[in-house]
Amino acid sequence: MDLKSYRPSINAYDELFLAGARSRPGLAEVGKFLKKSSLRDLNRRRSDAELAIRSMGITFTVYSDGSNIDREWPFDIIPRTILKKEWDQVELGLKQRLQALNLFITDVYNDQKIIKDKIIPREILASSKDYREFCEGVTPIFGVWAHICGTDLIRDGDGTIYVLEDNLRVPSGVSYMLENRNISKRVLPELFENYEVLPMDNYPSQLLETLSAISPRPSDLPEIVVLTPGIYNSAYFEHSFLAQRMGAELVEGSDLVVGDDDHVYMKTVAGLSRVDVIYRRIDDLFLDPEVFNKDSVLGVPGLMRAWKKGHVALANAPGAGVADDKVVYTYVPDMIRYYLGEDPILPNVPSYMCSDKVQRQHVLENLENLVVKPANESGGYGMYIGPRESKRRTAEMKRLIKSNPRNYIAQPIINLSTVPTLCDNSIEPRHVDLRPFVLQGDRSFVTAGGLTRVALVKGSLVVNSSQGGGSKDTWIIEPIKKGKRR
Amino acid sequence: MLSRVAERMYWFGRYVERIENTARLISVNTNLVLDLPHVKYIWGSLLSITGYEKQFFERFSVEDERNIIKFLLDDDSCSIMMSVRMARENARTTREIMPNEAWEKINRLYLYLQKNIQKGVKRDGRHQLLKDITAQCQELNGYLAGCMSADEAWAFMKIGSDLERADMTTRILDVGCLNLLNTEHPEIREQETILWMNVLQSLTAYQMYRQHVDDTVNGEDVAAFLLLDEKFPRSVAHCLYDVNEAFRSLPNHEMPLKNITQTQRNISHADIPKLLGGPGLHKFIDDLQSDMASIHGDIAATWFGYDN
Repeated sequence: MDLKSYRPSINAYDELFLAGARSRPGLAEVGKFLKKSSLRDLNRRRSDAELAIRSMGITFTVYSDGSNIDREWPFDIIPRTILKKEWDQVELGLKQRLQALNLFITDVYNDQKIIKDKIIPREILASSKDYREFCEGVTPIFGVWAHICGTDLIRDGDGTIYVLEDNLRVPSGVSYMLENRNISKRVLPELFENYEVLPMDNYPSQLLETLSAISPRPSDLPEIVVLTPGIYNSAYFEHSFLAQRMGAELVEGSDLVVGDDDHVYMKTVAGLSRVDVIYRRIDDLFLDPEVFNKDSVLGVPGLMRAWKKGHVALANAPGAGVADDKVVYTYVPDMIRYYLGEDPILPNVPSYMCSDKVQRQHVLENLENLVVKPANESGGYGMYIGPRESKRRTAEMKRLIKSNPRNYIAQPIINLSTVPTLCDNSIEPRHVDLRPFVLQGDRSFVTAGGLTRVALVKGSLVVNSSQGGGSKDTWIIEPIKKGKRR
Repeated sequence: MLSRVAERMYWFGRYVERIENTARLISVNTNLVLDLPHVKYIWGSLLSITGYEKQFFERFSVEDERNIIKFLLDDDSCSIMMSVRMARENARTTREIMPNEAWEKINRLYLYLQKNIQKGVKRDGRHQLLKDITAQCQELNGYLAGCMSADEAWAFMKIGSDLERADMTTRILDVGCLNLLNTEHPEIREQETILWMNVLQSLTAYQMYRQHVDDTVNGEDVAAFLLLDEKFPRSVAHCLYDVNEAFRSLPNHEMPLKNITQTQRNISHADIPKLLGGPGLHKFIDDLQSDMASIHGDIAATWFGYDN
């Protein structure tokens, strides 16, 4: 392929190429491979990948017109590469962050020292819809609530990696990350010869180790189950994938029952059998109709009782979501300093608290270039995206901020980094994000890389698979030194 | 093992077996029509084997070759496509215990049929389609036999496929008998041997029959072979023997084991010549089928958590 016409956007950081399609240091092999491959060859590999995805049945479910459609997983064959040296820092940063978040959750459900010490204002807890009074006074084993965390990372124009979001409830995507690697091994085997690509397929064993560690019966072989809402959930593929790789039972709420002794049992062909650890993939509010949503048929009546008594471990623990609230997010760097006495290794996307006079002034003067988020909303509701808004809406936003400054935070617009992507007849830069997965039990693990999502539409920053996004395999690589080549 | 998963494995076994049986049935009868071009009811008897006449006539008015083939290939009642869909759905919901490649194989069969099932409507494409289906089923079964541990999941799958197989054998035998015993068509009487051979071939039993039964192809020997032979894998006795064995490997098996042993005893005591003399065999098979239905009920009550 002739890559002379490959033009990274001026504002975005291209992770593979510098100007003139020169590869970044240490990453030359992928560039070389693309240059020497013909379009026909790449298209052949692409159709091999599509065939593999179809026959392996790698799907995700989208909801459309009231029905569920299983779509094949969209995948771009050109891998995204990150140097191990850089990744080592990211890994440390992710572990540090999850440690602090777990300390925070234990603190807010118990002594609330961080509030008493005025690091975080009390109102923030009061306004969090994921704070569960039911969890007050509880400290799960090792003080860990969020055992599995999916952290969304983005890279700014100068190459700096920022944390955009922590997902502490039921983060998904790890199975696609693992399947992406399987597909690249099938369609690009020769490219693996030129690098040491860090393997990632030990994730299921690390997950199993993490879940085993939190069993209330540590001396026995614990019975671990994956609790799924069922086949119609969009992540069902992943639930069954993880259960299979761990050799755990995949259960639905109706397979479980809480006995009079407040232990959890599953209905097996041999009768009732005790369950020790539940990796639950359903939301807090559906877990137990006795405590939360009364109408939930997905959950198990009495489950919270069993959990509170320590008879069963839940991963992630209910109430963990209090720490992935949008406003709480802005305090994570403070938490790291407060609980760990360390400087944060990974920066947050800088956020301006409108309640602060100086910061508010900056926000009001630069509104056209900022994203403004209401503090109490989540899921993108009420979000203001400066460059896209009308003058009228900008004026209205200014008024809103002035009248209720505490209710808003603002962030600069981050232009996501780009990676070469195989488009119709050419290779072009497309924007990406990255979701690595972090595990914490008695030990911590970070996946070598993560799930890269790519916006397949030119110029788009929307990476969601339901909205035209695709995915890429992510390679954490160590260049093989001369003479060491296999 | 979870009851829900056990049930899905059981149905997976049943549907995979049904795919293959239906494909063979169509294939053998397509050949038979070439031998007996004047016999009109062949396709109709295929329909009665399935027991889905009602559903057929809701969709079609004439029971001719084209309609019956369409019905058996792609319909929501008992068609190959339906069985593949159900087998795939059961595999999809048990992927955590099914070997990976087994899922890939059934998924591939599903994708293949989605594209090609219509090719079987006409005679010229039918042979290749059915051959492909049977081959892919065999590949799947071979893979499962070679790669799955003989654990509980395996036992439930095996029970499902053996019961389905025994059920199909009795249905094919029943229709063969009914046609011969009640027929008023003189040309059928003349072709009795061809028809019994057809019954055997529908069950891939012709070659084994020839090797193990030292006689001509006649009703009495065929019925005895298909009901009582302990070595032929599609005979009712053999299938029930396997189910019995599988039961023994499962917990809490007392009740189902007792009932299946009774059914096996009834079969071994059957007096075939006497039954063939009148409507006796049809009645006998009817009873056998309801016994098998109650075995299914026992399984559901004991292991799937249903009320009996």
